Amino acid sequence: MGRYLSQRLVQGLVVILGVTTLVFVVTRMIGDPVNFILPLSASEEQRAALRADLGFDRSILSQFWSFLSDAVRLDFGESTYFRNEDALGIVRRFLPKTLQLVVAGMIVAFVLSVPLGAIAALRPGKVLDKFLVTLSLIGLATPQFFLGQVILLFTSVKFNLVQFGDGPWTHLIFPALTLALPAIGRLTMVVRSAMIDELNSQYVKAARAKGVSRRRIVGVHALRNAAIPFVTLFGWEVIRALAGYTLVVEAVFDWPGLGDLAILSIRERDFFLIQTIVFVVAVMVVLVNIAIDIAYKIIDPRVKIA
Amino acid sequence: MSGTATDEYSAHQHDVDEALLAEQGMEGRPYELRASTTGLFSELRADKAGLLSAVFLFIVVFAAFAAPLLAPYGPVEGNPSTSSIPPIWADGSWDHVLGTDTQGYDVLSRLMYGARTTLLIGLAVVAIAGLFGVVLGLIAGYRGGRTDRWLMRWVDVQVAFPGLLIALIMIAVLGPSMTSVIFVLSFNGWMVYARMTRGVVLAAKERPYVEAAEMVGCRPRRVMFVHILPNLTSSLVTLAVLEFARIILAEATLSFLGLGLQFPEVSLGVMANGGRDAFFSLPRLAIIPGVVITLIVLAVNFLASWLRVVFDPQEREKRFAAGATTAATTVEGVM
Repeated sequence: MGRYLSQRLVQGLVVILGVTTLVFVVTRMIGDPVNFILPLSASEEQRAALRADLGFDRSILSQFWSFLSDAVRLDFGESTYFRNEDALGIVRRFLPKTLQLVVAGMIVAFVLSVPLGAIAALRPGKVLDKFLVTLSLIGLATPQFFLGQVILLFTSVKFNLVQFGDGPWTHLIFPALTLALPAIGRLTMVVRSAMIDELNSQYVKAARAKGVSRRRIVGVHALRNAAIPFVTLFGWEVIRALAGYTLVVEAVFDWPGLGDLAILSIRERDFFLIQTIVFVVAVMVVLVNIAIDIAYKIIDPRVKIA
Repeated sequence: MSGTATDEYSAHQHDVDEALLAEQGMEGRPYELRASTTGLFSELRADKAGLLSAVFLFIVVFAAFAAPLLAPYGPVEGNPSTSSIPPIWADGSWDHVLGTDTQGYDVLSRLMYGARTTLLIGLAVVAIAGLFGVVLGLIAGYRGGRTDRWLMRWVDVQVAFPGLLIALIMIAVLGPSMTSVIFVLSFNGWMVYARMTRGVVLAAKERPYVEAAEMVGCRPRRVMFVHILPNLTSSLVTLAVLEFARIILAEATLSFLGLGLQFPEVSLGVMANGGRDAFFSLPRLAIIPGVVITLIVLAVNFLASWLRVVFDPQEREKRFAAGATTAATTVEGVM
């Protein structure tokens, strides 16, 4: 296990290095950030001075080297848009809002998709199953932004149900639901499909012959075995949410999170901030990946991870 | 990586074993591909959701590609004097069936032109990403060894980072346009094809007919494309269809955020973005494109599940065994 984990950590570092390198190279191609920082009236000398100050006059390799060596010490430089503020500090300020959304959304997805998928699998082909399958397909086919807009329209305008801006619950539930809905659709389908396979398997027949109660067969035996494909997809959903899809929800609900910050930093050509955001997201993605592997091992002791 | 050569070998061997096992599971089953394709349409008639989806998609594709002939107006034809005309169900006239938007453009015409752009982007991305992924997967699986390790590590790095975030940054660099949207979505989407292809190749490589082909002196390229590639048809078709649905959603999302196509180009996502401006006063401008996107993606998904049942003997058996006549599908394909 220890050896395996260290191997995964190395692999994770490769991912982080790959992604940060890609973003570093790509951001250097966006254009001169100096023109975004200084007013149009700035003289050529002022521009050159700022360029030298930020280090953009050096060769790209030397820039990349100092970026990497600073990144190792978790020093990502200062944001150029939020004047003279530590980039990591800014990310740290926006991150909790996004994490809140992701955690809430993923809890909603988990709590809804497991029972729905299991119920659908009990009688495949019957009315309830068809209904749940259709509902899941609609869920995964609806664009997130559209769902968010519809919720916004019905709650805050048509029925005046929610005053956006006050109340922690109404404030969080609808954005979280919007984030979760496509995930609920996909996860329900996976739970359903895995459960149908498990319920048709030999060990379930054996358990039934032995007289194990139906509730125990479904809830303990089959569900646990169906967990492997579920965990794979669930981890993927968390990663997907972290790596950008909260952004859509944040845009619709005016949610001041990391996605909003990312769009702002791209628009303002704030290189240091973009790099910091990507680095932080990459670290989170790698950690989630490792957590998934540990979860496999806990769920199914037969899984060999060496 | 810290693994030794034996580790790498056994990991690879494990993949081969697994692929072979999956292949063996299919052996001796009653349905061969040829037999199942003859039943293609009888299967479609039995699957009501699939049939309905096929008809709907046919209408959408026809309306979209015949837009220059059929559309009552151009996509950006109009002026402030024709703005915000209500649709037919709200005391509108037949001149503008779905009304006009805040710019004075006819919504129905824009919908047709927009659907054309969106469908074209979907087709282009599926073609580019599919081609790239399949070729790399073929090479990785067939060559094996170091080539395989490096190509799959590349796939792993990119898969570990499914990035709307990366997509946004790349689009900012390339400048928002149809070409850059196609490029970025292909860049983000080729890995599934590579993984799937590699798996199929690993299994096929051990089969006697491939060994026979090698023995009589076929070149690697011929073995790969003539002997191994046909094995991919069924899974590739289903995957491509599901990816097509995913791409339509991705394009809509990028354009909705204002980072996809730009005026005067129009896609379904651009229309959704336009709907944001007057959202509370004219919600139909957001709802109409939203509903159309949802319906297209839904129909494509139903179609994919029908294809899966037609092509995949195991899925057919499961269906008959469980007595499940639903259009049910698993979504492993979209991962």
